[in-house]
Amino acid sequence: MPLLDVRDVTVEFPTRRGVLRALDKVSFSIESGEILGVVGESGAGKSLTGAAIIGLLERPGRIAGGEIRLNGERIDTLAAEPLRRIRGRRIGMIFQDPLTTLNPLYTIGRQLTETMQTHDRLSDADARRKAIGWLDRVGIPAAAQRIDAYPHEFSGGQRQRVVIALALCAEPALIVADEPTTALDVSVQAQIITLLKDLTRDQGTAVMLITHDMGVIAETAGRVAVMYAGRIAEIGPVADVIRHPAHPYTAGLMASIPSLEHRVPRLRQIDGAMPRLDALPTGCRFHPRCPKVFARCRDEQPDLLTAGATRAACWLHADG
Amino acid sequence: MFGFIASRLLQAIPVLLVVGFIAFALFAYVGDPVNMLLGQDHTEAQRLALVRQLGLDQPFFVQYGRFLCAALHGDFGISYRLAQPVGALLAERLPATLELAVTASVLAFAIGVPMGVYTGIHRDTLVSRLFMTGSLVGVSLPTFLLGILLILVFSVWLGWLPSFGRGPVVHIGRWWTTGFASWAAIRCLILPAITLGLFQMTLIMRLVRAEMLEVLRADYIKFARARGLTRRSIDFGHALKNTLVPVITIIGLQFGGIVAFSLVTETVFQWPGMGLLLVQSVAAADIPVLSAYLLLIALVFVLINLAVDLLYYAVDPRLRSRR
Repeated sequence: MPLLDVRDVTVEFPTRRGVLRALDKVSFSIESGEILGVVGESGAGKSLTGAAIIGLLERPGRIAGGEIRLNGERIDTLAAEPLRRIRGRRIGMIFQDPLTTLNPLYTIGRQLTETMQTHDRLSDADARRKAIGWLDRVGIPAAAQRIDAYPHEFSGGQRQRVVIALALCAEPALIVADEPTTALDVSVQAQIITLLKDLTRDQGTAVMLITHDMGVIAETAGRVAVMYAGRIAEIGPVADVIRHPAHPYTAGLMASIPSLEHRVPRLRQIDGAMPRLDALPTGCRFHPRCPKVFARCRDEQPDLLTAGATRAACWLHADG
Repeated sequence: MFGFIASRLLQAIPVLLVVGFIAFALFAYVGDPVNMLLGQDHTEAQRLALVRQLGLDQPFFVQYGRFLCAALHGDFGISYRLAQPVGALLAERLPATLELAVTASVLAFAIGVPMGVYTGIHRDTLVSRLFMTGSLVGVSLPTFLLGILLILVFSVWLGWLPSFGRGPVVHIGRWWTTGFASWAAIRCLILPAITLGLFQMTLIMRLVRAEMLEVLRADYIKFARARGLTRRSIDFGHALKNTLVPVITIIGLQFGGIVAFSLVTETVFQWPGMGLLLVQSVAAADIPVLSAYLLLIALVFVLINLAVDLLYYAVDPRLRSRR
């Protein structure tokens, strides 16, 4: 049984001009201790998938179909209070911008101890001791002195370390990391990714790593899901997806990444832009931009089909 | 911290000097004390003698200096109307006004903040809409009308609460009188406090609501939710605390306004405070009282501003470390 099983999850936003379907039958699973990368352009539905899993979709968005299971237990239909107990304790989340995700008026120690004491019976002294331990583990120097400092007294990279400590301190089995390095200085990004990787490996925590940086995925994740216009285009082991992309969109994405070994005069790009949710094409959502488009793509929407080592939502693999 | 307070108090000196100058100018340009003291029949010699005795023949700035010097010693002259020392007159009225203002503010804060938090979180419930509509009434209803309505309902029709005065007060020390010592006096306080506090309450409610709507969208609130913190802790801890800086500012300024301009409420309820004294003094052109009142109110505002600044420091650690 996988740790997290997402099956046919559909997320809709009712608007004045009709219902927008932002996620359409998204299915994937994450095993314990695994790191699943999720890539895609802005608006592809990566963050929305994360928010749906942790039960923090912003209104009026709602899960309109499918189911999400954590260790076999349905969590998408839970009431507010049981869902709250899952958040932090069993599923943690890391946000993009460490400058805005920490409450500026509370010391980081207080934010840590409050999180731990919300989920576990801990004396103040024990919670404080554990909080110092966490700060130490995420690499905050002189943790015992820094615990009473406020967020503004830390640098951006250090704050993201604190955010990671906060997300991990109640020892969840799964972390949803939503672009954890995008807002950081390039020189700090690698450190944070390494830290996240090491800590989750030590604890056996699974990670759903949302990013648009294929480099980070290649170094960190075991499998990767490529999202396009609210659907999963391709999912499979990172090495296979990178070397033998089965979906033309994935192939285009890989071709648009600059490489040091093969210098090209001009990077390739995928023509056109991702469709808006209120103007989705018929059939495969990628077909207007697809170089390999044929008749069936315009009429029928493909589900994930086995394509060598990966699975791709593409009619090219209909007989595979 | 100490340096901060000292520098703020130093900054207050020019403010007080300017207000002091205006207060002093009242004597020079509004009415003529010599005429007032001597009445209709007097000789020129009597007039000159009085002018010399009062020091009015001295140069302007010497008079101003002497005025300031006296004011610093708590000597604001004698009331034309009541023939009593102004300082003692104000000191006698100050406790009544302060107790009323504090009660009204505490009431406004204690009710307005939870209402603001509630309407900020539950935007579309029936109760929220009722609060919001009710607050419009509170904001737009003139104080005197509200006071008269309350008297009509609770004093005349229902007969539950007294309609005027401060009730039996108890002396504490030499200067202070309190109405909190007996139930009869507390009953007298209820209607004026509601009258004075309703506007502040609705203002605080609307302000807290607007700030809550803003703060609840912040990333750190999302992160707090994602860590599974309880709603209570998020709404009344993480979120509310982040709305406090603007709320403190408004409450501070409003408190100054309440102390300075509670005259309508005090007049409606015949509350024996400074507002009532001010109204009576204006009517009688009682310049010494008016100028002393001006100085006192300036001092109140200076102190409130200082308190507000100190509260900022208590609330927001980013301000503390910037120094």
